[in-house]
This record gives sequence, C-alpha cells and structure tokens, in this order.
Amino acid sequence: MISYARWKFVLVGSALLFGILLALPNLFGEENALQLARDRAAVLPGDRTSIESLLTSKGVAESGAFLDQGRLTLRFASKQDQLKARDIINDARPHDFTIALSQASRVPEWMRNLGLNPLKLGLDLRGGVYLVYQVDVAGAVRQLLDHYEQDFRASLRAARVPYQDVLVDYPGNRVQVLFHDAESFAKGRTAILGDSRTLILTDTTVSGAPALELKLGAAQIKERQDYAVQQNIVILRNRLNSPELAVSEPQVARQGVDQIAIQLPGLQNSAEVKKILGKTATLEFRMVDETNNPLEAATSGHAPLGSKLYNTRDKQPVLLKREVVVTGDQLTDASFQPNTQDGPAVSVSLDSRGAAKMLKNTQENIGHLMAVVFIDRSREKNAEGVDVDRVTEEVINRATIRGVFSNSFQITGVNPIEGRELALLLRAGGLAAPLSAVEERAIGPSLGQDNIDKGRNAMVFGMLAAFLFMAIYYKVFGLVADIVLIANVILLTALLSLVGAALTLPGIAAVVLTVGMAVDANILIYERIREELRNGISPRAAITAGFERAFSAIADSNVTALIAGIVLWLFGTGAVRGFAVVLVLGIATSMFTSLMGSRALVQLIYGGKRKVDHLSI
Amino acid sequence: MEFFHKVTRFPFMNTRKVWYGLSALLIVASLGLVVIRGLNLGIDFTGGVVVETNFPQAPNIEVLRTALAAAGVSGAQVQAFGSSRDILVRLPPDPNVKGEQVGARILEVFHGIDAGVKLQRTEVVGPQVGQELFVKGSWALVATLVLIAIYVLLRFTPKLAVGAILAVLHDPICVVGFFAVTQMTFDLTAISAVLAVIGYSLNDTVIVFDRVRERARNARKLTIAQVIDESINQTLSRTLMTKLVTLLVVVALLIFGGETLHGFSAALVIGILAGTYSSIYISAAIALDFGLRSDDLLERKHTKPEEVDGLP
Repeated sequence: MISYARWKFVLVGSALLFGILLALPNLFGEENALQLARDRAAVLPGDRTSIESLLTSKGVAESGAFLDQGRLTLRFASKQDQLKARDIINDARPHDFTIALSQASRVPEWMRNLGLNPLKLGLDLRGGVYLVYQVDVAGAVRQLLDHYEQDFRASLRAARVPYQDVLVDYPGNRVQVLFHDAESFAKGRTAILGDSRTLILTDTTVSGAPALELKLGAAQIKERQDYAVQQNIVILRNRLNSPELAVSEPQVARQGVDQIAIQLPGLQNSAEVKKILGKTATLEFRMVDETNNPLEAATSGHAPLGSKLYNTRDKQPVLLKREVVVTGDQLTDASFQPNTQDGPAVSVSLDSRGAAKMLKNTQENIGHLMAVVFIDRSREKNAEGVDVDRVTEEVINRATIRGVFSNSFQITGVNPIEGRELALLLRAGGLAAPLSAVEERAIGPSLGQDNIDKGRNAMVFGMLAAFLFMAIYYKVFGLVADIVLIANVILLTALLSLVGAALTLPGIAAVVLTVGMAVDANILIYERIREELRNGISPRAAITAGFERAFSAIADSNVTALIAGIVLWLFGTGAVRGFAVVLVLGIATSMFTSLMGSRALVQLIYGGKRKVDHLSI
Repeated sequence: MEFFHKVTRFPFMNTRKVWYGLSALLIVASLGLVVIRGLNLGIDFTGGVVVETNFPQAPNIEVLRTALAAAGVSGAQVQAFGSSRDILVRLPPDPNVKGEQVGARILEVFHGIDAGVKLQRTEVVGPQVGQELFVKGSWALVATLVLIAIYVLLRFTPKLAVGAILAVLHDPICVVGFFAVTQMTFDLTAISAVLAVIGYSLNDTVIVFDRVRERARNARKLTIAQVIDESINQTLSRTLMTKLVTLLVVVALLIFGGETLHGFSAALVIGILAGTYSSIYISAAIALDFGLRSDDLLERKHTKPEEVDGLP
C-alpha cells in the first residue's frame, strides 16, 4: 500500500466541505427586490414586521426579506409584485423610506444569518456607475487660512484695535497681521489670543512694522486635508441616501490621498448622479428684512442699504439682512423628524460659537422671520478649460422665531418632502473642499448581462477543452485532474464569497487563467510519474516520486505568479484589482487542490490495492 | 495517449546562436515598433471619452462619422466593437467638453439615424488620472520584475538567475511589440495580462533549471552543455503539454470572452508562446554563455531548501 497520512485526507475533505458550503449561496439566483433605506437612521426589525404585515394585508407577498446594515431588502417573485409593493409602501408610509429597485439573491435567511452570502458582481457585470472624485485639498487649506484671516479681522474690530492689514500667504501657508506700532501690536495680540486661546502665534516684523504670524505646520495641513476628504466622504454618503437617487448598496471609499471612489450599482444616468453629488454647498442663517418690499427691490435691481436681494427656490424675491447670524460650518447636525407636536420638523444642532450667536439673535428677534440661504458651488470648466466655481444662492426656508434658543432648535412649518430635503441640504452645508469628477464609467445593464454571458461561455468552453484533453491524454489520472479542477473552482468561489470581493470580467478571466495553471500543476506531476515509470520504477514508487519531485517546480512557478498577482493587487484599482484578487486566491487554491487534492484522490484509487501492476496514465 | 514517448535529442545548445539571433530580432523589432509606431494607448492612460452604443441593425460607420462631425463632435474615432452592430466612439481628452454631455450628444445624433440605438457604456477619464494610471501601471511592471529577479537570485545560482531574468524580460517585450504591430488598444487590462505573463513565464524556466541541477549532480561525466541539452529534452513534453493546455484555455477566453477581454487574452497568448520559446531556447543557453559549470550546481549551499511550506 502507498502510505498517505490520514490528517491530509481530513484536511482535503474538510476544505472541500467548507468550500461547498461557502459556495452554495451562489446557486440560488436572483430576484426582483426593493431596498428600503432611511435618511440617516437604520431601518429596524420593527419596521420589517410592520411592512411585512402591510404587504400581506394588501395581498402582495414577498418571497423573502432581510435586514442588513440598516437597509431592508424585500424580494418578490415577479416584477409586477415588486412595483405594486413599492406603491403600497409609498402610500402607507409616505416619506418614511427611500425605496430603490434592485436585485437580491434568493439565499434563504438562515444561510444569510450564518454569514453565507453569494459572490458580489462588479459594476462591469451588473451595470452601474463608477465615479472618482478629486478633492481639492489645497482649496481646503486655503479655506482654513481665509477663515483665520476673517477671525483675526473680527477680533481686532471687536476690540477696536487699529491695524494695517491682514495678509494671507497661500503658498507659504501663513497669515500675517500687520500693525502700525508696538502699542497696537500688544493690544491686538491680546485681542486675538483672547478669542482663540489655542493658537500659536509668532512675533515678527514685516517691512519694519510689528506683526503677528500664524503658520500652519505640516501636521496641521495634513490634518486639514484628511478632514476635507473624510468630510466629503460623509457628505457624499449622505447625499447618496437622497430619495432622488434611490440607489441600492452605494459604496464610497477613499482612494489614495485625495480621491474618493464611488460605486453605484444599477444606476444608469451618471449626469444625474453627478448633479447631485458634485455640489459643494454652504449655508447661512440670516434675518429677513421685513421693512422693505422685496418686489420693489427686484424690479429696480437695487437692494436697500444693509440688505441683500435673494430668490427662493420658486423664484420669489426675498430681502435679507446683510449680517450673517450663523454659517454652515457652525452647524453640527440636522435631521428630519416626521412627527413632532408641531407636525414635520427639521432638528438643527449648532456648535458653541454658533450657539452663542444664535442665542443673542433670538433674544433680540422673537417673532421675526429668519431665513436659511443655501449657497451651492458647482465646479465647471470655462472656455479656457480652467475650473471655475459657479455659485447659486437660494433661500430654502423662512421661519418665524418662536422662542429663545441656542445650540439646538427645530424648523417647523415644512411639509415632509421639503423637510427631508432641507435636512439633507443643511447637513450638506459646510463642505470642506470642492469636488471635481476625474473619472467616470457607466455600464448599461444589458452590457453587464452580455459580459456575464461572455465570461461564462469563455469559462465553460475553456474548462471543457482542458477537461477533454486531460481525460484523453492522461486517462484515469486525467479524470482525477478534472475532478480536482472542479474542486478548485468551488474553493475559489467559496473564498471569493467569503472575502466579499466583487467578481469582474477580468476576474472571470483570472478564474479561467488559474484553471489553466491548475492543469499545469497536474501535468507536471503526471509527466514526472510517466518519466519515473519509463525509468522502470514500480507504479507505487512512481506515484510517490511524481508528487514529491514535482512539488518544488510547482511551488517555484506559483510563487512568481503570486508575486505578480500581489503587485497588481497593491497597484490596481477597480476591474484590475478584481483580476488580481482572483489571481492570488486562485493560485492558492490551485496549489492546494493539485498537490493535496489530487494526491488524496489518487490514493483513494490506487492506495488501497495490495498490488498495482499498471497505472492508467 | 502520449505525444512524446521517446525522449527527444534536439541539440539546443549547439544551435543556440540561431535562437539568440531570433530573440534579438524579436526584441529589436518589438522595441523599434514601440518607438516608431507607438502603442495605441487606451482611454485608461490617455484620458478622454469612450461611448459604446448598440444598434438594432448594423449602421454605416461613414454615415455616423459625418453625422457626428456635422453635429460639432470633433475628433471622434468611430469603429465597430466586436460586432458590426456595436459601435464605439472614442474622443480625445478635451478640457472644454464635459464627458456626460458628449455622451448624451453622441446618443442624440445616433438616435436621429436609428431610433433603436441603445447606450451601452460611457467612460470618461480625466487626462491627469490617465497619466496617474499609466505611471502606476509602469511602476507595477518594474516592481514585479524586480521582485521576481530577487526571488530568482535567492533561488538559483547567479548564472542561472541571469538566464532566467533575461528570459523573463524577453517575454513582456514581445507582448508589447505585438501590441505595437496590431495597434490593439493597450489599456489597464493589457498591463494586467503583461504582469500575469511575467509571473507565469518563469514556470518552464524553473522546471528546466531544476532538471539541470538534478542532472548535473547525477551525471558527472557529461559536459554542462550536454547536461543542459538532456535536461531540456527530458522536460520538453512537460513544457509543451502544460503550455498547450493553458493555451487552450486562454484561446477560449480570446474567442468567447468578447471585445473587452480581447487585448487581455491576446496578450496572454503571445506571452505564453514567447515564454515557452524563451524557456526552451534562451534561458539555459544564456546561463551557459555566462560560464555556467557543473561545479556551480554542486555546491551544497545551493541545494534547494524545502521552502514555501506555508502555502496551501
């Protein structure tokens, strides 16, 4: 008998079992589904039961449902049911959820609860929009410097300290305050430090005049840049929950230092997406000028002194006071509350600076109107190809101040649609840095299906060719290789499902390639066995020698392929990374299956026999 | 069934000058073509706009081209993509033009020609991103080559390592040359294929070298050239069989994988062919000309350790 350690059998067996279990969810196929998300909040198990009973009462039965990451997915057997259910939910719970039409796997719930999920398909197979945004991190730093400049001027004005000028040096990342003489310098210094204690200012002289200098350090700049990117990610995520987009499973991730990659499966219209995402918005709370007539100002085109002319979203003219009460960067949170005592409302929270100003303002202005101005900057290219920011300012809300408040308050008198949008817009305010789209790929669903079909065909025919060749050329051993190849594909599918890596078209190509490489390993072993047989060694010894001696060659050749795969994984993005992931995992599984799996199978066939006269190879 | 029942006796080492000549020709031709004709770089690297549309009936490409020009879409490359009903429009990067607007415009123009036209895919890559991707891709190539060279140096005697590394360099150059000849689009997936080729083409070289090492120890009477010849001939059936099967699979990819994977699969086919050639004819021959002697292979410190145990 040829000896083969029992633990190896156990290892191969359990790996295969594990693989089959993990790969199993991929056999269930997909169904039409609805995905329910809530603006800022998670969908709860209670919502699920109430929605389910709602649908049952209306005679539409879902074929499955699950909650994942705060989103509720409901599956339906037919397209009609899916659309009917959407209307039912919209009618019964208006504005409670954002509902996206999508596809979901038929995997039973118990399996999903065990963490067994099907392979994710990449955008090239599923259809969808892929966007890469460049965050203007330099702009974010400039904004910070501007902010300091304004703060310094305000502090000096408030303390009535005379000064020459406040200079901002963008490339030098510093702000300088120039004074006339030593006396005002000392006063100014106290005034500025009194308002912002944590600042580190250096004393200097600029062309003979005493001056204070604030210089941003490398750490501060990096912090500001990171903050800008992170904040943009948060804002983009929030905007993706916007009811206008209704996208299922959006993905937003940082890419490199200053880029953000967004994947939106199932979406078609990238222009619409970019319109919503590409906006950078800021907010201002201002008091309404109630003494002058806005219509008059609109016809004459001149706003009265101390006021500024704005338009509402429906193009009604409004006059607002010039002084800003609170700006968007002082706003820390905003959320929509559908059911308060006063009807739907938007809750707003302010930071301490904003709270102090708001307190003072509301004490002085009870009963008067306060407005929210939404300032939208979209980045466009002008005729010379230079980026320019186009600014639109709109009054999005006017409300009467009913009481004195500071750090948190509610804006009432909104209808649910407005309220939801207002909350979204308020949160979007105070964006750290402008964004511009630098890469954009949109794949239609029919092309996605086409790619799936092509990938599947290539895989089936490629594997079939290899199967036939092996069976004919190596007979029983060839069949062993074929079985092992199937095991390899199962294991690879299992690993990919486990890792949660998305399968792309290049990924399918990598599967095909690793099938080729797995066959390679088997051929190396079999050719070695044949050679040993030709040298007159007994069949049993030939098997042992074949597997042993081929090991180093297989290991060597796979290590180099592994190096290439890992480099690709590190350097690649998008579809290329999809290729690399599959290649690396595929090399691992193919080495395991051809060295251990096929050895175990050969052992099962020939190992038990007392005498082996002939190998079918 | 067996194609190589008897061990062949091809005199690879005696004829190596011929194969050097052929390889030199291939490399010079490849590099020359890259310099003269250049590569047809894809949108991934150049930036620009690609719009893929699907027509219910095959349109006349000339009509589409004139219609686009008349509508003010300038510099558009119009071509069939895969089938005559799939039309691909490529535009160079233009800072004055916004991608999604061009996509909509092209579709509008095509809609006037055939109302059944469908938009399959739009890709817009900013010129800067394109450059970034190109630089990244080039670094990936360099990093892979360096890492593999280090591995080979650790694994073999220096003279064999030089042979292996030169043979490995030979293969991606041929692939790039092929892209220059055919003017197939060289994009990110093509770079992935080139990297896969680099990783994969070392396979056979390793197998030949393993055998050379083994034979050098067992057959002390033979000259090193004889040892190499014997080793290549003994491993020839393996080398050819493994490559044949991998080629079968990759050709299936080429035939069925569709236009998107065309460049990728073609690069693999060429890479595998070049890799097989270089590992049979070039790698060991270079080691021989670098003065490889049987003694180099006898030193105990170079016997292969049982490494890579950690891999499953």
